[in-house]
Amino acid sequence: MIVYENVTKKYGDVTVVDNLSLTIDDGEFLVLIGPSGCGKTTTLKMLNRLIKYDEGNIYIDDSNIKEINPVELRRNIGYVIQQIGLFPNMTIEQNISVVPSLLKWSKEKQHKRVRELLEIADLSYEENAHKYPRELSGGQQQRIGVLRAIAAGPPVVLMDEPFGALDPITRDILQDELKALNKKLHKTIIFVTHDMGEAVKMADRIVFMNEGKVLQAASPEEMLENPAHPMISRFMGKLSYSRSGNDLICADVMRLKVLTVPETKKTLECIELMKQREIDSVIVVDKNNKYKGRANIEDIMEHGKPGEPIIKMVKLDTPSVMVNTNAKDAFDHLIATNIDYLAVLNRDKTVAGIITKTSMTKSLASVVWGDDNDYND
Amino acid sequence: MTSFLDKYGDMLLKASLVHLQYVLTSVGIAFVIALIVGILLSRAPNISRAVIPLLGIFQTIPGLIFIGVLFIYLGIKPITVLVALTIYAIFPILKNTYTGIIGVDPSLKEAAKGCGMSDMQILFKVELPMAMNPIISGLRMATIYTVSWAVLAAMIGLGGLGEFVYRGIETNNQVLIIGGAIPSAIIALGLGYLIDYVHKKITPRGLQGGA
Amino acid sequence: MSMFGWDKVGEHMYLVLMASLFAALIGLILGICCYLFKPARNPIMWLVDVLQTVPALATLGLIMILFGPTKTTVIIGLTLYSLLPIVRNTYVGLENIDPGIKEAAVGMGMTEMQQLIKVEVPLAFPMIFTGIRIAIVNSIGTAVFGAFVGGGGLGSVINRAIMIQDMDTLMKVTLILMLMAVIFDYGMGYIEKRLNQDQGMATAGSSA
Ligand SMILES: Nc1ncnc2c1ncn2[C@@H]1O[C@H](COP(=O)(O)OP(=O)(O)OP(=O)(O)O)[C@@H](O)[C@H]1O
Ligand SMILES: [Mg+2]
Repeated sequence: MIVYENVTKKYGDVTVVDNLSLTIDDGEFLVLIGPSGCGKTTTLKMLNRLIKYDEGNIYIDDSNIKEINPVELRRNIGYVIQQIGLFPNMTIEQNISVVPSLLKWSKEKQHKRVRELLEIADLSYEENAHKYPRELSGGQQQRIGVLRAIAAGPPVVLMDEPFGALDPITRDILQDELKALNKKLHKTIIFVTHDMGEAVKMADRIVFMNEGKVLQAASPEEMLENPAHPMISRFMGKLSYSRSGNDLICADVMRLKVLTVPETKKTLECIELMKQREIDSVIVVDKNNKYKGRANIEDIMEHGKPGEPIIKMVKLDTPSVMVNTNAKDAFDHLIATNIDYLAVLNRDKTVAGIITKTSMTKSLASVVWGDDNDYND
Repeated sequence: MTSFLDKYGDMLLKASLVHLQYVLTSVGIAFVIALIVGILLSRAPNISRAVIPLLGIFQTIPGLIFIGVLFIYLGIKPITVLVALTIYAIFPILKNTYTGIIGVDPSLKEAAKGCGMSDMQILFKVELPMAMNPIISGLRMATIYTVSWAVLAAMIGLGGLGEFVYRGIETNNQVLIIGGAIPSAIIALGLGYLIDYVHKKITPRGLQGGA
Repeated sequence: MSMFGWDKVGEHMYLVLMASLFAALIGLILGICCYLFKPARNPIMWLVDVLQTVPALATLGLIMILFGPTKTTVIIGLTLYSLLPIVRNTYVGLENIDPGIKEAAVGMGMTEMQQLIKVEVPLAFPMIFTGIRIAIVNSIGTAVFGAFVGGGGLGSVINRAIMIQDMDTLMKVTLILMLMAVIFDYGMGYIEKRLNQDQGMATAGSSA
């Protein structure tokens, strides 16, 4: 367990980390996020004593890190940086075994470990171990950067925007790999990013910082649903422009202009409306605009009586999703149930929009082509 | 040609060895001093800001001046030439060592620190290997110029190949000039190639070429 | 300053500048040869590297056999000595020009010669200028050898001062040499910065 206890860091008169208290559980994937200059990196680097702090204490498993020799401390904490920082003068094998060799592991043990790690990362030992960093792609280099950090089996790994310099597709792959790796190895990971999509995807818990203080510390779901501060909402807003398909939520991909009818409307009127609009189903809402379900034209034609309210025709079990449902999950649902669209609901059950198979194709296209499609037409 | 070698062969060989000795000793000592001082300067940025521009200026001082000044202080002794050439050779190596170490990508130093390397380990495992290119090119420059200035050792009567060139020029004896010039050229070129060769051998593939 | 007059300083500068002038002309031509005619690159680079590696007094001695103890000997020697930085910088400067600009020049229907003179050499000029600066600063020191082959300059003052153990003069000459080097180094360095700025704008403008 890692405990920040009233930690403060100042540069001159400027307080960059302000009386920060934070407890991180073993095996937790904690993401630090916030605007540039809010103190994420500082918070991270105080833990492995790359930055000194002025007040407060930091404990790892009940030992105050001030009492641990910094060099020893760092050998027990993995560290990954955005610039990757592989040593160009060393081979991949030498890079990965930097910390094990500092810890004076036997040559065989180091070698065995390198093979093991490359295997985990799905990189062939024969092909890669004797290459030099510049002979690998950026994504491969950062994979090695991560392997180097975990080589000596540190219980804690610090990552400062590790995927920030990679292209979106590679970044996505590495995020998945890291997540999988962490499921397997149960490290405590403290991960800095300024990309909310990345945070939501990776984190067990997100800590949102601003001006050296924690604005909100919550699970991704909690934070998405109840952002504690307008600034956090703004960060979430960015999510809808995220270029990574996995980060899209329903709100990003739904159509907004949907035809809703009140439950009391007569069936005949509804059929007229549908014919006018050339659609074959309507979404039915109650007097508070809350979603009731949908009615199909075939059902109405077959069973409907002209003077009845439309509510009688509504299938109450028609599926719906929430605005913050992962778009990919919604699409999976759409395909699995083979219906033509899904209603997307706000938190108060009012209708926000619908997701159709077309919106799926469009959003996928935008991920592939990276254009700025407007989903709201 | 044969008669020249008959007459001067032994002398020439001896002079070449003396010349080589001057160069190797002074450059060797200069290399060690420059490396140590360069490393120390790289740890003291405040002092370096003042000292490094001065080094650039000292580097322009002709080797002859050092030989002259030390001759006045120490007189005609081999040590005069050695000390003069050593001082001369220190500047380019020192400057390149310093700039090389300072130029190492800060993110590499941070990564090294984050891995738990001690300052010494960072120096030997990261900084010095990364600064290898400028350090060795400083060494090469120092060596070649030192061969050149060592020719002037003859001026104060201290042997080496300069004696041939010098005497040849004084007496307008072409054979003597050529006799001294060619071996000294061979020594300079040979040492230059040797340094290039060693440099190539010890540079890991990851640092070779453009990057 | 009783030991020497300013004439010696002038003489020294004359040797350096004459040699640098020739070196700039020859170096530019050789650098362009390397650039236009790739097979020539390695031999030319090797040659100018060797010329600089051979000890100065040896080179001067050999030249003296042909030209006697004159200023010509010294100027030729210094010229040969100064080629390396100029040739190398000319070549590198030409090589590093943005291919887009070269393409644009071809596209405008320039002949190879026009491209070279109107586009490439001007663009490489700041780099070439750096080479000339390095050559001049080096020559100021190397010209001291000239005194040994009858070329005069400050080397002769140093020689005499050493012989009569005149520390005062020795220090004064050192100071003057350092000053000359610094003036050229910083002065030309300043011009270089200006050239690079102008060029930065020109390049950005034309490649935008
Ligand atoms: N060495 C330093 N001296 C003075 N101020 C500093 C120093 N290092 C960081 N700061 C300041 O401390 C604040 C926090 O910096 P920090 O690097 O922790 O920000 P960050 O949240 O990681 O930002 P980013 O997202 O841009 O990386 C910033 O305002 C920064 O300007
Ligand atoms: Mg940061």
